[in-house]
Amino acid sequence: MNRIDKVPGPTSDADLTFYGVTVASRMLLGTALYPSPQLMADAVKASGCQVVTVSLRRETARGKIGARFLELINGLGVHVLPNTAGCRTAKEAITTAQMARELFDTSWIKLEVIANDDTLQPDLFGLVEAAETLNKDGFQVFPYTTEDLGAAERLVASGCRVLMPWGAPIGTGRGLANPYALKTMRNYFPDIPLVVDAGIGAPSHAAQAMEMGYDAVLLNTAVAKAADPVSMATAFAQAIQSGRVAYCSGLMEQRDMAAPSTPVAGTPFFDLEPGSQS
Amino acid sequence: MEEQVDGATTSKPTHTTIEISVNGTVQTTQAATLAALLSDLDYTGVRVATAINDEFVPASSRSTHQLSPGDRVEIVSARQGG
Repeated sequence: MNRIDKVPGPTSDADLTFYGVTVASRMLLGTALYPSPQLMADAVKASGCQVVTVSLRRETARGKIGARFLELINGLGVHVLPNTAGCRTAKEAITTAQMARELFDTSWIKLEVIANDDTLQPDLFGLVEAAETLNKDGFQVFPYTTEDLGAAERLVASGCRVLMPWGAPIGTGRGLANPYALKTMRNYFPDIPLVVDAGIGAPSHAAQAMEMGYDAVLLNTAVAKAADPVSMATAFAQAIQSGRVAYCSGLMEQRDMAAPSTPVAGTPFFDLEPGSQS
Repeated sequence: MEEQVDGATTSKPTHTTIEISVNGTVQTTQAATLAALLSDLDYTGVRVATAINDEFVPASSRSTHQLSPGDRVEIVSARQGG
């Protein structure tokens, strides 16, 4: 059977599990770009998310910056998903992942290998190469990828049990640039947790991804750069929850022509011929 | 190589000064190992991760990892990320 021809219908709301870890919230939140560390912490709490992304950078102040940030994150009681942001080759990403595993004491890694500075588009060749090495080395890889099904197949074959296709380029806030391809990917991988990662600008974008059946949404800038990041975090959490409930409830199919919702039978004056009234 | 240099100049081990880069900045050091370098740079007890010449060096290997001239040392810590 063609896996893409999946018929929409009601689905039971099973728990979301990443590599054996069950999370109650379907929102993953980045920790960068907030006006202050405290607002970041407050936004994470308001969102109810249980997974936050972090990174590692050169230490310049004798460890004080990193230590303070780590203390803040650890105090939130959430799962930490380190990224390899900024890496341009598989080698850089692999070494960064190894450093992140030691630093954050987790095997989870959001694997980014970036192909282009303007689009921050994933380098799918480097991504697959790095994923193959990291999966063999015991990592639990969350690859930041595109909707390309061939690359996705390779990632899954290498051992990835989560896929994170982009909605739009990182930081653009343009929403789901290619809904058709994302829908196809969902139908093609019904059993792999799929997370739309990047490009989300508004709660409606997140809801759209969830209505398609995506398992979760990962975002950062849309919350961090909001005028009120804490209330925007709440707005996203509600949209993601709504989208999930809608998906599980089985959305109606679109049609081209109008169809009355009010019953036609018994409509007053319905039996009168046009023009018969004086 | 280091032993030959030391042996040729003095009978007791000395700390050879070498030029390396740390987080992209070229500097000289007399540290023989990565652990000694971290200590000299006041990172003792600080949670960092390290790599040399693009290869990860686990914390458990820092005291035995010998530094060589031209090494590119990366010392990183936790940061915000998306």
